[in-house]
Amino acid sequence: MALLHTVNKSPFESSSFDTCLGYAKDGSTILFIEDGVYAATTGHSVADKIKNASGVSFAVLGPDLQARGLESKLADGIKVVDYDGFVNLVAEHDSVQSWL
Amino acid sequence: MAIKKFMYINRKAPYGTIYALESLEVVLIGAAFDQDVSLAFIGDGVYQLVKGQNTQAIGQKNFSPTYAALGDYDVNKIYVEKESLEERGLTLYDLQHLVWEDEDEDWAEKDSIRLVSRSELADVIDEQDVILSF
Repeated sequence: MALLHTVNKSPFESSSFDTCLGYAKDGSTILFIEDGVYAATTGHSVADKIKNASGVSFAVLGPDLQARGLESKLADGIKVVDYDGFVNLVAEHDSVQSWL
Repeated sequence: MAIKKFMYINRKAPYGTIYALESLEVVLIGAAFDQDVSLAFIGDGVYQLVKGQNTQAIGQKNFSPTYAALGDYDVNKIYVEKESLEERGLTLYDLQHLVWEDEDEDWAEKDSIRLVSRSELADVIDEQDVILSF
């Protein structure tokens, strides 16, 4: 079972990303959307957690990143997807868990 | 009417919730009452001031240009907490450059943003008559 996890809360205001990371198994993907995209930027403690999470793929919804003015701050190793890409990720995985 | 010190404290990132936009609306309405207004950006609130926001693809209004107009409403004390920027990997250069024109000094252009530490900001908050939280 490959799961797609979505995180829509800022990692600085909510524990949902940490909880998600604890449940993410090898082969799963974590997609950052809405205020979750703040996790996908560089230069803070959350970026290290992403770097150290081997076996898990990371993606971020480009429109949400652009809205917040943070495209230039995107961390390495995180794939940017658009809405079509979001749909593809859903189709490619067996199921979706939204960490609301 | 005596002039009171009003502070608006902003702690939420823009777009994910409605707080940032609502705060800005209230600040603009409040500016009509000639009070001594300050804004503080703490925690994820600092993300409201990040430059280069483009909301075209999410179908929401980009209200970030409005911050640059605050100087024209005599809202020119904008406190940004240093620790909150650092915790998020941001510097002052990632934020919009907000200015106001000082009519007492031949309309000299001055910076509106005051970068302050958490303890300095605590002192500023302590001096306020009215605090509005968003």
